[in-house]
Amino acid sequence: MGRVVGVLAVQGDYAKHMEVLGRIGAPAQEVRTVEDLDQVDRLIIPGGESTTVGLLLQRFGLGEEIVRRAGSGMPVWGTCMGLILLAREVEGRDQWTLGLLDVKVRRNAFGSQVNSFEDSVEIDGWEEPALGVFIRAPVVVDHGPEVEAFAQYQGQIVGVRQGTIIGTSFHPELTSDTRIHQEFVSK
Amino acid sequence: MSTKNGSLGSTAQRTWREKVGLAEMLKGGVIMDVTNAEQARIAEDAGAVAVMALERVPADIRRDGGVARMSDPEMILAIKDSVTIPVMAKCRIGHFAEAQILEAIEVDFIDESEVLTPADEENHVDKHAFTVPFVCGARNLGEALRRCGEGAAMIRTKGEAGTGDVVEAVRHMRAIMREIRQVQIAREDELFVLAKEMQAPLEMVRAVHESGRLPVPNFSAGGIATPADASLMMQLGAETVFVGSGIFKSGDPARRAKAIVESVLFHKDPKKLAEISRDLGEPMVGINVSSLNERELLATRGW
Repeated sequence: MGRVVGVLAVQGDYAKHMEVLGRIGAPAQEVRTVEDLDQVDRLIIPGGESTTVGLLLQRFGLGEEIVRRAGSGMPVWGTCMGLILLAREVEGRDQWTLGLLDVKVRRNAFGSQVNSFEDSVEIDGWEEPALGVFIRAPVVVDHGPEVEAFAQYQGQIVGVRQGTIIGTSFHPELTSDTRIHQEFVSK
Repeated sequence: MSTKNGSLGSTAQRTWREKVGLAEMLKGGVIMDVTNAEQARIAEDAGAVAVMALERVPADIRRDGGVARMSDPEMILAIKDSVTIPVMAKCRIGHFAEAQILEAIEVDFIDESEVLTPADEENHVDKHAFTVPFVCGARNLGEALRRCGEGAAMIRTKGEAGTGDVVEAVRHMRAIMREIRQVQIAREDELFVLAKEMQAPLEMVRAVHESGRLPVPNFSAGGIATPADASLMMQLGAETVFVGSGIFKSGDPARRAKAIVESVLFHKDPKKLAEISRDLGEPMVGINVSSLNERELLATRGW
């Protein structure tokens, strides 16, 4: 297997991640089935609707396979919906997730669409902040000891890492800032 | 693009990027018309990416006649409380006061819709003036780009709502995709006349020429009733489908809703579509668009 980045293309803004990967010259492939997942060595879970994608991941066995691959070391990065699907728990809801990050998330933490916004986000180890685009975004409200919170916005945790699994509340794929993509691809 | 995005260091609400961004998040999905909280939950459980809250689905608006207006905020709020997915609602064409009310109750998207009775026969809503994003219907590229010029963050084909007949959605999607290709291959110096002929803003025509796509996500609506219809529209270039009367006017809404969601994901896989389409119960009865007279058409509303 060469180094190919998979982008989960069940629903959501997967095309935007594909565009960024194209811009930084990383070989990439859309993932809709278990067979597609076999072709990639890392996976991005894009923004979208977590209930929709959660249902479809359960219905066709792809969710199970993502958990299995992640367990054997496949790096996974989730943006917005991706963070929700990676979480162990969704606050106040009995929602199915992949459970790969030991975090509890709050959905729509900033309110509905009229409260969506963009602002700079401090990232640990970065000199220049990232431009965070938050669209009906979740935040991390609780996390286990193995989880490192690497991005905060107004005291809320908006970026986490646990081993090879990363989650961000915001959408770097909607901006021209490719730093997180480059970091994810190069590891 | 005339609308500026925010830059580092400033909180820039109501930016173009967030409005179009939410539309991007809804790609590859199904948006369903619902008339109460129970239907909204059925839609969410089936995998809808958003619901359109309205008092009467287009098939009933067509049957009942009279003036069709914005829904009661009470009913929209009840639906908002019952689901976590985005909730959209319709205002009449040009009725910016209805749009202001919908924004005040924080719906996630406003559909300035020809399905309701138009309030203004010249002007559409100035959608740049709102924080909430708008979706508008279109029958061709010129109409789509005029709406984008007014600030629409999502375009959908109009189709012919409430009929269950996909023929108009096909006509409109084919027209938009064909005209995009024509703009794309035109010479730079031909764009001025193309913009004039299509009555579209020049900057929008330029954006299509450069990107080969609409400046905003391109969805499909109006007459989609089966998984095969959804697959057809996706293969013709739709990035998400709206299903209005097609689900809750069918024999087994939960089942049909789930099947249409799956058919969008597997729209290029006929074997899976065959499986998905099996034993779904009665589809909505439907009306042949060709049997309607000119005055009964909804798609001709909006300019």
